[in-house]
Amino acid sequence: MDDLYREVIIEHYKNPAYRGKLDPHDISFADNNPLCGDHIQIDLRVDADGRVSDARFDGHGCAISQASADLLIESIIGKPLEEVKKLNKASVLELLGIDLGPVRLKCALLSLKVLKAGVYGLGEAGDDLVE
Amino acid sequence: MKLNVAEIRKDFPILERETSAGVRLTYLDSTATSQKPLAVIQAMDDFYRMSNANIHRGVHTLAEESTAMYEEAREKIAKFINAESARQIIYTRNTTESINLVAYSWARANLKQGDLVILTEMEHHSNLVPWHMLQAERGIELEFIPVTEDGLLDLEAYKSLLDRRPKLASFTHMSNVLGTINPTAEIIRLAHEAGAIALVDGAQSVPHLTVDVQALDADFYAFSAHKMCGPTGIGALYGKAALLESMPPFLGGGDMIKEVKLRSFRPNTLPHKFEAGTPAIAEAVGFGAAVDYLTKMGMENIAAHEHEITDYALERLEEIPGVKLFGPSSDKKGGVAAFTLDGVHPHDVAQILDKDGIAVRAGHHCAQPLHEKFGIPATSRASFYLYNTKEEVDLLVNGIYKVKEMFG
Repeated sequence: MDDLYREVIIEHYKNPAYRGKLDPHDISFADNNPLCGDHIQIDLRVDADGRVSDARFDGHGCAISQASADLLIESIIGKPLEEVKKLNKASVLELLGIDLGPVRLKCALLSLKVLKAGVYGLGEAGDDLVE
Repeated sequence: MKLNVAEIRKDFPILERETSAGVRLTYLDSTATSQKPLAVIQAMDDFYRMSNANIHRGVHTLAEESTAMYEEAREKIAKFINAESARQIIYTRNTTESINLVAYSWARANLKQGDLVILTEMEHHSNLVPWHMLQAERGIELEFIPVTEDGLLDLEAYKSLLDRRPKLASFTHMSNVLGTINPTAEIIRLAHEAGAIALVDGAQSVPHLTVDVQALDADFYAFSAHKMCGPTGIGALYGKAALLESMPPFLGGGDMIKEVKLRSFRPNTLPHKFEAGTPAIAEAVGFGAAVDYLTKMGMENIAAHEHEITDYALERLEEIPGVKLFGPSSDKKGGVAAFTLDGVHPHDVAQILDKDGIAVRAGHHCAQPLHEKFGIPATSRASFYLYNTKEEVDLLVNGIYKVKEMFG
């Protein structure tokens, strides 16, 4: 439980490195967690080689959702989109370094769902994207 | 009479449990669902051990017994809200289904394109979405009584909406977020004067206040068992007899019919017309036992106790720097304290409180538009019932200080 609020999470929540918007951008997508109303928008720039050259997230939500978004953005900058598509639940949990119950898992995975829905050009950030 | 809360707590076995080693449960989430006293648990257990059979069919002893128990519970519920007769109590799954019953049966038979339905900005999703669905299907119009900064309904705005001759006013008796107890009799009287009928969402009021549907002159009144010490899976819709009789059936199937031919049917009389299929029989028995339990404690005593606890909670919470409370002053509200804590998301507040066994709800509480109105995505909500104590409020306050420390 104390692990849930590891200092790294509180730190990324309070002082996120990648909060903001990118204009112009190549990909932008936003969605909500209907459970708690958490909202995340992710903007990406993609270079000629199909790599993420820059990325930002914006929105509001709990410490878990915002910290995982910040950590996720940090981890994808410089990566090819093909690799981003392979990210899943385990990747996010590894970034956070904690294990989560089913309710809080939704908070943690919102940013990845939004990211993948944007990358795939989907209309909605479904649960199936992070299985 | 003052409630003996120490004795009452013994009636609720779950309050004895620990959420982790050495941490006793502090249950402050009765607005979501109340805990169940032994009397209710035992009534349902006895039913399954001794009397279980399907109802309204079969002549054997068990069928007779279970039918009698199911109908006795209906009588108790009718008496509890002072309905004219038990045939005006329709069993449903919950408040949501009760409201949907009115939306599907009464509204689809009586509302046409352009007809106006008045709701409020403080409604639970259960009293919004059925009307959104009808709007999409029928082209009805929806207007909303605004909520003021201090969490009350703006009755002047309501009066001007009534000039547009609405067909229905559908609103909550008590807000599940702000705790506001709305002037229900007055809202209904004004609706009637404008030629509209009134549907009241009583999910939060019936468990906590003395409700008299005749004195209120409500046309429909919806509530759930599980928020009033009863089981999940059962609720009720009260309706005026003439309205219920004029309405087409809701769901079709067994029990709701008088006669079925291959190509036609005749509906049953009230209340069975609206109860298709085998209902939640044991739950009805539990619902009756819950009503007995609350009656024994006295609704006025329960309301007085909750008022005292809420007063104390609001006072203590207000002292905490960074805590912002939502809703009116305690004389205008029931036992609900929704709050935000600066810099900390309500989910995180709830999670950290849970470590100390304190159960509060975090989120938009199925009232997303209301939160949008106040410009916040979510709140934490502590709510109180007959078994809660001031010591539990103290635990909550200490817990919030711990949250503040953690997020420093």
